[in-house]
Amino acid sequence: MEAIFDFFSNPYYIQILTITGVYLIAALGLNLITGITGQFSFGHAAFMSIGAYTSSLLTLYLHTPFFLNLLLGGIIAALFGVLLGFPSLRLTGDYLGITTLGFGEIVRVVFINTKITGGAFGLAGIPRETNIILVYLIVVLTIISLYLIKNSRFGRGLVAIREDEIAAEAMGINTLFYKVEAFAVGSFFAGISGALYAHLIQYISPGDFGFSRSFEILNFVVIGGLGSIPGTVVGTAILALAPEFLRFVQEYRMLIYGALMVLMMTFRPRGLLGGVDLFQVWRNFRHKGLREKI
Amino acid sequence: MEYLWNLGQLIAQQTVNGITLGATYALIALGYTMVYGIIQLINFAHGEVYMIGAFVGLIMITTYEVNFFVALLVAALVCAPLAMLIERVAYRPLRGSMRLAPLISALGVSIFLQTLMTLIQGPNPQGFPKVITDTVYLLGPIKFSLVQVIILVIAALLMVILNLIVKYTRTGKAMRATSQDYDTARLMGINVNRTISFTFALGAALAGAGGVLVGMYYGSVHPFMGVTVGLKCFCAAVLGGIGSIPGAMLGGIFLGVAEVLGVAIGLGTYRDAIAFALLILVLLFRPTGLLGRPIQRKV
Repeated sequence: MEAIFDFFSNPYYIQILTITGVYLIAALGLNLITGITGQFSFGHAAFMSIGAYTSSLLTLYLHTPFFLNLLLGGIIAALFGVLLGFPSLRLTGDYLGITTLGFGEIVRVVFINTKITGGAFGLAGIPRETNIILVYLIVVLTIISLYLIKNSRFGRGLVAIREDEIAAEAMGINTLFYKVEAFAVGSFFAGISGALYAHLIQYISPGDFGFSRSFEILNFVVIGGLGSIPGTVVGTAILALAPEFLRFVQEYRMLIYGALMVLMMTFRPRGLLGGVDLFQVWRNFRHKGLREKI
Repeated sequence: MEYLWNLGQLIAQQTVNGITLGATYALIALGYTMVYGIIQLINFAHGEVYMIGAFVGLIMITTYEVNFFVALLVAALVCAPLAMLIERVAYRPLRGSMRLAPLISALGVSIFLQTLMTLIQGPNPQGFPKVITDTVYLLGPIKFSLVQVIILVIAALLMVILNLIVKYTRTGKAMRATSQDYDTARLMGINVNRTISFTFALGAALAGAGGVLVGMYYGSVHPFMGVTVGLKCFCAAVLGGIGSIPGAMLGGIFLGVAEVLGVAIGLGTYRDAIAFALLILVLLFRPTGLLGRPIQRKV
């Protein structure tokens, strides 16, 4: 008990947990695009940066209330998500992936070359508004809304597109509209995540949201298990905290992190919880328990 | 008139510089395109193989004081088995699983190799000794440095050799068959595992040589040099039509010229975005690249 209290009173650990929650929101958004709809997106950090810059600029220059800025950060990111969703009409698979990657890089370079965003130095002095309770409240809201989406008519349409786009289209699903909407919702969450990040770290620069960040988020989703919401949570928790747990190996940290990625994939190619339905597992477990009683 | 003449000269000169840069891009893009053609994998660790090639060249030249061309050969010979090892460890166990799994594993390999090189060589850029004298040749108003000539000649030579291997050897035939249809190739008695290994080795040898050439051209190497260049060269491969060998050459040179001209007209700060903007534009009009075959969707 004492240990738990110590843990939660240490500001460093609180910060790490908060950041993990922030990444988790972005990762859940990406899971909708890549995991549930099956559209490759290698530029997710760009939406985070759009949300982060939008909300920070609003806070710094217009002094509008934080929650409004947070929401606007998400909405502007979603608009860009719609913009990026349209090429997915013509491009599939890896071609879409490389286009989104390119989009991410272009956004980064544009931020570097824009004056109001502070160029390569970025924006400093953003007031701290994010705290761990707010972040995890939004995490819970995100998870609930993703479950609602996944189990709705819309969500089933998205899964149908992932499984077979032509068949889905033949069944009367407007694939373009569905895909664009998936991009919009996923980017919305990335924008929210970026806005929370900006108001947590209090300093943002274009370098924070490069393609390595995009791939990091993709890692969370894929290693957790594509399409699985609990998987994304587990994957993000493990991978975002791994660098902290691996601190004892010091400079070999990233070496082990890289090797870990390869090992995790080779042992569980579908991700930790990919293809596992937790409800089904629980039901089986209960069923077995009943049978043993009889 | 004078102005136009100067402008023409500038454009011609920058085009030559762009072709030189593009030739090195093409060498690396070939590895991406061959691997993608044969197992539909974006080999994100390819940029790191190129980086290691550059370091091997540097070490050969500074520590063992060998001739530049020997260093080039050694770099290629070190990179080839390295890529075969990467394929064996990180990609082969994942063959046949979902598309993103080998991609993540490739990213893992890439982080691993970057950190490894940082641990061995330190994170800072290291100077590449001037092994080639700064001779400048004039062809009319256009300047060619000896380094540029060497890069162009070596790149062209390597591409010709690659073409000969792919077109006229048994292994090359096996490569083409495997990339056309993996299962049927296997049924015809082709050892697909060996063919895929060979493809990785071939691509890596080109990338290793490319690394040494770039190191010499820019005069410095560092553990993270493979990241941006790797992405750009992948862009070049997609631009030309991924899976197509002439496509990668065309895409690489196209990209090199566009980048250098872009910088010349004052877009220097947008340099890294030029490749991607161009790529998106081309893909919107030709979804499978300049020389790519259209994807056929079977219902």
